[in-house]
Amino acid sequence: MSKAMEPDLQSSLGRTSGQAAKEWSHPSEHWLRGFVLDNRAALGTLAVFIVMMAVFLIANPTVFTTWYLYSSVLTTLPVALFVVVPLVFVVTCGEIDLSFPATMGFASWVFALVVQAGYDPFIGIAAALVTGTLLGFLVGSLVVYGGLSSLIATLGMNFLLRGLIQIINEGKSMALTGLADSSAYAIFSSQLWGIPVQIFWAIAFVVFSALLYNRHRFGAQVKVVGDNPDSAKQMGIDVKLVRVKVFVFVGIGAAIAGTFSVMINFTWWPTAGDGYLLPVLASVFVGGTPTWGGIGTVVGGAIGAVTVSFIQTGVVAAGLSGFYVQFFNGLIIILSLLGHKWNQARYR
Amino acid sequence: MSERIIELRDIKKSYGQVYALGGVNLSVDRGEVVGLIGDNGAGKSTLIKILSGVVKPTSGDILVRGKPVSGWSAARSRDAGIETVFQDRALAVQQTIVRNIFMGRELTSFLGWLKVNKEVEEASRLMREIGFTSKVFTPHSIVGQLSGGERQGVAIARAIYKQAELIILDEPTTALSLTETAKVFHFVRQVRASGRSILFIGHNIHHVFDIADRFVVLDRGKVALTTDRSEVKSADDLINFMEDVAHPGGLPGLHEGTDAEQRA
Repeated sequence: MSKAMEPDLQSSLGRTSGQAAKEWSHPSEHWLRGFVLDNRAALGTLAVFIVMMAVFLIANPTVFTTWYLYSSVLTTLPVALFVVVPLVFVVTCGEIDLSFPATMGFASWVFALVVQAGYDPFIGIAAALVTGTLLGFLVGSLVVYGGLSSLIATLGMNFLLRGLIQIINEGKSMALTGLADSSAYAIFSSQLWGIPVQIFWAIAFVVFSALLYNRHRFGAQVKVVGDNPDSAKQMGIDVKLVRVKVFVFVGIGAAIAGTFSVMINFTWWPTAGDGYLLPVLASVFVGGTPTWGGIGTVVGGAIGAVTVSFIQTGVVAAGLSGFYVQFFNGLIIILSLLGHKWNQARYR
Repeated sequence: MSERIIELRDIKKSYGQVYALGGVNLSVDRGEVVGLIGDNGAGKSTLIKILSGVVKPTSGDILVRGKPVSGWSAARSRDAGIETVFQDRALAVQQTIVRNIFMGRELTSFLGWLKVNKEVEEASRLMREIGFTSKVFTPHSIVGQLSGGERQGVAIARAIYKQAELIILDEPTTALSLTETAKVFHFVRQVRASGRSILFIGHNIHHVFDIADRFVVLDRGKVALTTDRSEVKSADDLINFMEDVAHPGGLPGLHEGTDAEQRA
């Protein structure tokens, strides 16, 4: 490596910009190679997904060529995507957030209350977003300004918020039958050409977040803070504010996810969101975001969510009994982590 | 002659009863590389902290371009164009060179979206300015893939981007091999050629000797010697002088001091 960069004494003298541009080009910097190197984690996740689907397809070709199977996955997948993506930001920032299931439940509860009170669902959505933002800010402030471990503090907040929901609702759910006739439902949860429309919103969210991660000051600062907080602070970045912001982002994502899950089911349960904790966390790491912070991949996380969503459906559809689901869940997670470890070097 | 970037006059710093600095005079002119040499405990780090405004001196004056500055602070230091490059913890090693150079000062257009092309262009310009060019690395390379000397180059490029007039390099070559040290020296010479100044701090005289235009030897909180490069024939002259300072009148013929220096 030391030979790689021999000081070039002439280089700084009188170069035109045209020559300068040429200076950086290298035979190995072909666009395809660059693309693969920049996205190796996401591409690795994609490879895992393709191999898994190929195995399923061989195991049961008839079921895996019917649209219904995919349609059912596409109905519930968006809910997971809206939380997986913000969690990639949190993990990149060197933190973790386990409070998102309760935030999903809390924000969707507010949505359900507003809709049940007879207001337009759009107002309910706005109220849910405000709730999610505030809860994210609360959790983030507790962790960052309270100086608590995010692992334990967010776990505590998850129990606390869920407990509040349980105490007040005493286990009672809310049916929102009027929702099906609303324009909000048509826009966010109906079908378009036989495809559940929420997947388009989820894809838009993933694309926007990927841009936020790679092409925006916020993403750049999240990565730097996760990589080297001391250096970030020295360079004038408000490290604490960046950390709080990622928790707020999770709060917003959880609010959207919770609202979508209510709109899909026309019902709000006091347990809404609970089942997402482990699959969503698994998706982030299956997606190729490492645990140590500083780097990550939004698109990889999204593909990870798709993979995890397909395991359950796939195992059963492939003809195995439901008892195999957890085993395959674990198998995919472990194999993915081994693959990513081999695929990604950690620089120190 | 040339402009005086900064001047410290009779700077004293005491922690309780203990004097870390007992009246230090130090100045750096434009386009000059000043080598600050001193053993551990000589007061180098206190002096760096005072220059960067992290620590306030107990007494003494600080002049920026000939004008005394009152209420010296980290912000004043930054306004004066002083940037300190610390050895290890300065860079985010999993990020690209571009992201490190623009850390905390991202070039953005509306609503905070990054001007990616502009940043790469600017990074290339800065890297070329300090002679940090390569056929293998691009501004998109991950800093963790670079060698120790090249990482110093990234830190120096970043300091220049922050409009630094005076870059303080704190022991930049201490942990580096000879080839890597040569790279850092190359960057430093390029920075000098661009009209900026450098305060190069080290405890190994041989490291500092090859790069500095002027030497300041610090000993137990005081400047023991300030001399131009032209007045010193070789590094050994400086070493002999430092020995005399360390062991006044003692140990003629024995070169224990030299050995100690080389071990350090």
